Amino acid sequence: MNAPAATRYAEAFGQLDTAAAPPWLAALRTAALAEFNALGFPTTRNEDWHFTSVTPIADRTFRNATSTGTPTAAEILALTVGDASWPRAVFVNGQCDPTLSTLGALTTAGVRVSTLTAAIKDTPEFVADHLGKLATFSAQAFTAFNTAFAQDGLVVHVPRSLVVDLPLHIIHVADAQAAGCMLHPRLLVVAEPLSQFNIVESFVSLNGTEYFTNAVAEISVGDGARVHHHKVQRESTEAFHVGTVQVSQGRNSLFHSFSYASGAALSRTNIYTRLLGEAAETRLNGLYLVDGTQHADHQTWVEHIAPSCASRELYKGILDGHAHGVFNGKVFVDPEAQKTDGKQSNHVLLLSPTARVDAKPQLEIFADDVKCTHGSTVGRLDELALFYMKSRGIGDENSRALLTYAFAADVLETVELDALRNGLERIAFERFTHSTQL
Amino acid sequence: MLTIDNLHANAGDKAILKGISLTVNAGEVHAIMGPNGSGKSTLAQVIAGHPGFEVTKGSITYVGQDLLEMDPEVRAQQGVFLAFQYPVEIPGVTNAYFLRSAYNELRKAHGKEEMDPMEFLDLMEQKLKVVDMDPAMLQRSVNAGFSGGEKKRNEILQMAVLEPKLAILDETDSGLDIDALRVVAGGVNALKRPDNATIVVTHYQRLLNHIVPDFVHVLAGGKIVKSGGKELALELEAKGYDWLVGTA
Repeated sequence: MNAPAATRYAEAFGQLDTAAAPPWLAALRTAALAEFNALGFPTTRNEDWHFTSVTPIADRTFRNATSTGTPTAAEILALTVGDASWPRAVFVNGQCDPTLSTLGALTTAGVRVSTLTAAIKDTPEFVADHLGKLATFSAQAFTAFNTAFAQDGLVVHVPRSLVVDLPLHIIHVADAQAAGCMLHPRLLVVAEPLSQFNIVESFVSLNGTEYFTNAVAEISVGDGARVHHHKVQRESTEAFHVGTVQVSQGRNSLFHSFSYASGAALSRTNIYTRLLGEAAETRLNGLYLVDGTQHADHQTWVEHIAPSCASRELYKGILDGHAHGVFNGKVFVDPEAQKTDGKQSNHVLLLSPTARVDAKPQLEIFADDVKCTHGSTVGRLDELALFYMKSRGIGDENSRALLTYAFAADVLETVELDALRNGLERIAFERFTHSTQL
Repeated sequence: MLTIDNLHANAGDKAILKGISLTVNAGEVHAIMGPNGSGKSTLAQVIAGHPGFEVTKGSITYVGQDLLEMDPEVRAQQGVFLAFQYPVEIPGVTNAYFLRSAYNELRKAHGKEEMDPMEFLDLMEQKLKVVDMDPAMLQRSVNAGFSGGEKKRNEILQMAVLEPKLAILDETDSGLDIDALRVVAGGVNALKRPDNATIVVTHYQRLLNHIVPDFVHVLAGGKIVKSGGKELALELEAKGYDWLVGTA
């Protein structure tokens, strides 16, 4: 039996290089560690973790990642989806590698982007004002864990009214040196009013090693701002991944999240957004494709605080082998949030009799003039559609493959970045048809 | 080409076809007419191999082979084509990809090389003309969001690409306005050759003004109750089905 998390991670915390941390940051980390120690890892008795046991994470003691490997840009880009010319920040085993990163075009466009380490030095007040303010760690063990241990990350500040077409691609790579390590990347994005920005976060692995990624992103979307956040989780299938995206939205803002999850032995993605200003819109989309003994869990949480906001949510899952998918979509409507318009759907395709899904929509509505719906289906391939394809001479295997791909296609179409959408369509197509020609 | 002998088929426990016998030769057009629920769509679907029906008795011989022994995709590769009454929507798969896959499966089944996408587009250019269809439709998902008329046109486009020996049109006229009906019928007529055959399943006579049958069969209660020439369709149009249904 393992010692409690508190004891096991005290040593690792002591090893962190904290000399450069200003007092407010040291205090934040210490408080976060105390919260993590008090909470421990969640168990399935915790309602939010009812269908996902993190025992494999809790049973291991991960080390701080110290050494960074030396992958080449070509090796990394081969693992990612998107446009190789996009400005990028590359983190290898949790540490930003400036030689692999190309942020010049964004800086030229007027975006203030720097590593967490540099931002703490250069713009300490900005970081102090925002870091940990959205992604609060009270009762959130993994966010507390990240806040205590995050050594590096990215800080992005999009000034007022700046519209940036070029997306920022943040690539988190784990290489062989990551084996047995924990990686706690942190992302802070502040999109000032009326600005527009696109982010792609990719999580990939160069080797099939076992490590633990515990990522936290906090994104503030100002009044009238539009932010698209895309998460592409293609970790090693030996790895563990917990990722939390915490968002706040101002008046008339738009936040669109797309979450793609096909990697990791065990993954949990939390997308939490708070609609604080009137007439804001949230779109949450996701696709999870898992097989073998993989476990992929998504929890979304939309808090309608202000009136007249809209939330649109479409998630799809395709599960094969003994895979286990979980979707928990929470929608909360505050008594003040009249005229809320919420729609949530989660559809799952089971390709094998041993794959399993637990889907739990959860609507808590405290206002009376609202429109909130949810729909959830779990099924197999449509027999009539299969017959239609076969009646055109397409064999059983190909018909199934095409229909499986087709099941995922509509949610992939919600990705507005062409290079990302095309890339994801290609890998989904190859995955099911074993053919490269879309 | 096609010999149906004493065919009985069930949907679940329910008997739908109760002894159909029919012979279709190359170059012929047969119309199957009948009231709703007579079994005419079932007959079309059983020939194509729909898994929802079970043949309990009788046989279907197609170009000398036992058709009922073949999987639906093999039937298609051997030249059987069913134009669906309700074409299925397949969001996410483009018409172009779907047609090319089907066309290449057909070529493979006949020991030919697959056709590459560029060559296939050239072929499509000619085929689109048969049904007067906008090339932009090729880049749309199969039938997804198509109007009723577009779906039926798309069925005939597939038929034009696959060039079946035996084409079965299941209520292809339903839901079509007169212009769409003319285009669809024109497409079917353009594809007619001395070595292929067509079975037109329809409730109404109007399609038969455009696709003129050699034989008309009336189905009622799962049996053919009357067969005749094209003038039988006109008689049905004038008198309805009631006078025949009673004899079933």
